[in-house]
Amino acid sequence: METRRQKHLVLILAREFASNLATPTLIADDQGRLIFYNEAAETVTGRPFAEAGEMPLDEWTAGFAPRTLDSEPLPLDRRPAGIALYERRAAHEQFRITSLDGVEREVAVTAFPLFAHADEFVGVIVIFWRE
Amino acid sequence: MRVTIWGCRGSMPTPGPDTVHYGGNTSCIEVLLDDGTVIVLDAGTGIRRLGFELQERGTRRIHLFLTHLHLDHLEGLRFFGPLWDERVMLDIWGPPSPLSSLQERIARSFSPPLFPVELRDVPAQVTFRDVPRRQWTVEGASLAAALVVHPGPTVGFRIETASSSFAYLPDHEPALAGAIADRSSDWISGASIADDVDVLVHDAQYFEDEYEDRIGWGHSSVADAVSFSRAVGARRLLLFHHEPRHTDGSLERLEARARSLVRRSEVQPTLAREGMVVELP
Repeated sequence: METRRQKHLVLILAREFASNLATPTLIADDQGRLIFYNEAAETVTGRPFAEAGEMPLDEWTAGFAPRTLDSEPLPLDRRPAGIALYERRAAHEQFRITSLDGVEREVAVTAFPLFAHADEFVGVIVIFWRE
Repeated sequence: MRVTIWGCRGSMPTPGPDTVHYGGNTSCIEVLLDDGTVIVLDAGTGIRRLGFELQERGTRRIHLFLTHLHLDHLEGLRFFGPLWDERVMLDIWGPPSPLSSLQERIARSFSPPLFPVELRDVPAQVTFRDVPRRQWTVEGASLAAALVVHPGPTVGFRIETASSSFAYLPDHEPALAGAIADRSSDWISGASIADDVDVLVHDAQYFEDEYEDRIGWGHSSVADAVSFSRAVGARRLLLFHHEPRHTDGSLERLEARARSLVRRSEVQPTLAREGMVVELP
């Protein structure tokens, strides 16, 4: 039996939830691939998701040069999205990014893993709180 | 593969003169494989008459797949004749829950004050299994189950043999996760179950105006059923889970509405009807 691949129902519902939020929110799948961000997140990303398309989280965030408040580089595995993805636990952090408009901003980010069943990890939700 | 509809009414049984043609029994479908394997989809009140038929045939092994445990999909089980026959082996499959096992959840309907006999006291040899996350086989058929948009843990089923495929999504509101026509199929609930299927049985409980007042109840409008069928490339659509208030006459108007929505190249949708038999190669 070979059928088309479909996103997990939890991700489909998460996307609909995010698309109705005024808070910048993005969703990645269990492989760390960015699969959606909402309109509110366009204020951070500078372009709509339909234009950006799916891509690895790390590739997407590289453009924002994330760094600590002391200006140390902040790799994915130390950021909330990476912690939720690799360690499968919720995380929150404040750090700096350079937006696509070239402005340095301080953001707070919350990320948490999505489990369809206790042992079935399907992705992460990442929420940006602009400071 | 022979598919027989034993119950296609949604939400609650509706016997009476207004529902004689399409039937008032709730969800139950029998899928008979070429090798004689009996697969039963849901245990609404339609399963009672199926039970008589299976006893008549002397069937001793039955695979029952439950999409979810809302009453209209479970209430017939207590009156399913083979359950009361110690010679019968009944495998019951259903969606997993993080809170309790399938057996524990079904046992609630076999306990006071709802019912006088405990589930552990039924004579048949019953096993309970959570549906696997990956496809599996039962006798000569491949099966797949996936969670779909409906309140509470609910799955749809796909049954496939070497020559044909059948999908069953009786309670499904894919439009709740966004307009179906606007999405690629990988973002549509239930798409992996119904992809390119020969026959799709899908929830079409409401006319569009009725649906507007019932968004989030877990069921589809006839227009969404047609959109879903088109999005997944189903070759034939059977409209299912008829609204209890819909008489035979209003169901015929619903079918006409569905047919007005399909394109010339598409097969016209048909109302599921109690007693209907669909033969697949």
